[in-house]
Amino acid sequence: MDILIIGLLLGGTYALMAMGLQLQYGVARIMNLANGEILIAGAFSTFWFYAGTQTSPLFALFLVVPAAFVLNWAVYRVLILPLVRRAKSQGKLEVDCILATFGLSFIAVGIMLAIFGGAYLDYSYLGRPIFILGQRYGLNRLVAFLASAVLCAGLYLWLHKTRAGLALRAVSVNPSAAGLVSINVARTSALAFALGGAVTAAGGGLLSMFLTFDVSLGVVFTLKALIIVILGGVGDIRGTIIAAFILGLAETAVATLVDPGLTLAAAYILFMVVLLVRPEGLFGRRPA
Amino acid sequence: MTEIVKSSRPRLGGIAQTLRAGLILTARERRDLLISVLLFAAAAMVPLITEGYVLQLAISIAMYAALATSWLLFSGPTNYIALSTAAFFGIGMYTVAGGIDDYPYPLLIAAAGVAGAVLAAIVGLATLRVSGVYFVIFSLGLAELVRQIMTWLQHVLGTMSGLYVTIDRSEPEYYWQLLILTAAVFMVGWWIGRSRLGFALRIIGNDELVAVHCGINTARAKVVLFVVSSTFASIAGAVVAPRWGYVEPVVAFSPSLSFQAVIMALLGGTHRLWGPLLGVIPFVLLWELISIAFPNQTTLLLGVCFLLIVYVIPNGLLGLIERAVNRDSRPGQSTPGALQRALGFSTGSLRNLLQRGKSKNV
Repeated sequence: MDILIIGLLLGGTYALMAMGLQLQYGVARIMNLANGEILIAGAFSTFWFYAGTQTSPLFALFLVVPAAFVLNWAVYRVLILPLVRRAKSQGKLEVDCILATFGLSFIAVGIMLAIFGGAYLDYSYLGRPIFILGQRYGLNRLVAFLASAVLCAGLYLWLHKTRAGLALRAVSVNPSAAGLVSINVARTSALAFALGGAVTAAGGGLLSMFLTFDVSLGVVFTLKALIIVILGGVGDIRGTIIAAFILGLAETAVATLVDPGLTLAAAYILFMVVLLVRPEGLFGRRPA
Repeated sequence: MTEIVKSSRPRLGGIAQTLRAGLILTARERRDLLISVLLFAAAAMVPLITEGYVLQLAISIAMYAALATSWLLFSGPTNYIALSTAAFFGIGMYTVAGGIDDYPYPLLIAAAGVAGAVLAAIVGLATLRVSGVYFVIFSLGLAELVRQIMTWLQHVLGTMSGLYVTIDRSEPEYYWQLLILTAAVFMVGWWIGRSRLGFALRIIGNDELVAVHCGINTARAKVVLFVVSSTFASIAGAVVAPRWGYVEPVVAFSPSLSFQAVIMALLGGTHRLWGPLLGVIPFVLLWELISIAFPNQTTLLLGVCFLLIVYVIPNGLLGLIERAVNRDSRPGQSTPGALQRALGFSTGSLRNLLQRGKSKNV
């Protein structure tokens, strides 16, 4: 029962971070290996804000999210777009993007090391216990979960009920066909990339309320987000949310029953199972 | 063309034929072979004329030459970016560190190779059957995964988090061992390049759909090559483990090692076997300067170097040289051209043909 509730709370927060990557990879078609570093940057900025002003970390999100949006927009314009223009094929673009964002992740780690130092980040916000079904849980986990749920729901509605969201989904399905119905694919892709970065940073801010971070952890979160996206199926928001819950549960189970240091192994086992059984993900379509 | 289509399962006669074909050399190849042997012989003289700091640099050059070239064996022809060098390197180190008290050192080096090969086979079989992106993702976190498992195992077994490797070796001996390893990587790479496997891989790198339709078992070719490449990385780890003396998870599985192997190969150029060698020597020297001048910003500068290479010289130093030497043919174009001549048609036209056939069936 313990595992179930903690796992679901964790999974809900993971959902937000994976949605960010889903937007970048599913819509903008950029495999961003620096995604985890954006998350860490979001976490550290939230911490900074909290330590400096002593107001709620949730307020920090109002600053962190727009900042991450602008930053990711700039990254797309300056670094990714030349690669998109240079690429002769989708395969070549993928290789270039992987290399470029891999390099970018090291730059991000280097910058954050210079600003924040190599220490572990840990702060206590809403650390008081609450009781669900007679068991004690940290209130901060619940608050992070609720905030993440609100953001996820907002994003889902925006994608499905607005014109801009429709354009985004169209590019996700088929970029060249989207261009034929007068959608500005380049602009939409940039928007998706920037929005994805902003959502990921928000996920980082929320996760920082109850997890301990250090600067070098970005790659672990990149992996978790990637595994969630693949498990759920590329381009499928519904699948991403369900997959995030599965990963949250699996990790909590391994951490409680075996060892807290093995969470990545749990993610990898899930990854292996998906690859062997259903490589297109839970809700993905098989390539024709 | 008939060679590839005939059969994907090599029989004994086929193997003997391949071996014999591998020994017949053209005049040009004989010349290249002679130059390589002379270069290696010259490199082997280094410890005789120098020692201390310069020898240390030479040891790191030899180590990265082995790592970057073995990385290229797989990632060069297939275009699948493997980010897992550190995982295999660390496994090699741990094999030696864990068994040094009970087993002879040469046996442990062989064991390290086997351990790396087994892990690579598992990873390859799980990921290389599907798309390339999954492989990249898997390899990205592999070092971290193995590190977590090692830390956990040591915790469960109740040993200390680090292991001491005490074995008496002089610096020139390390250098020669690494040089021999590098030579072995080159020989295997050269042999693969001439074999049917190498031919199959070049087609896969060009267009995987075409490769499948030529009757190539693409998954098997990729897995075999990944195993070969990773085995060398493990052996490199095993060779340098005693030099480091103390092995602990954070050091053995450091992600920047994977990064450095890739960056050096890219700097040199990935479309020739000896491309990485051009990158290793300048980069090790540059890196030495950077770590002395800016010891706290190494990660940042590593990233900056990487981006500069990806954006400014995508074909590496080799590409620049080739362009300077031969202004008419663009770098990177030579391989597909040769392939098309060998196949007698362009892969693009075969692709069109295949797609037309597919749409007709629908």
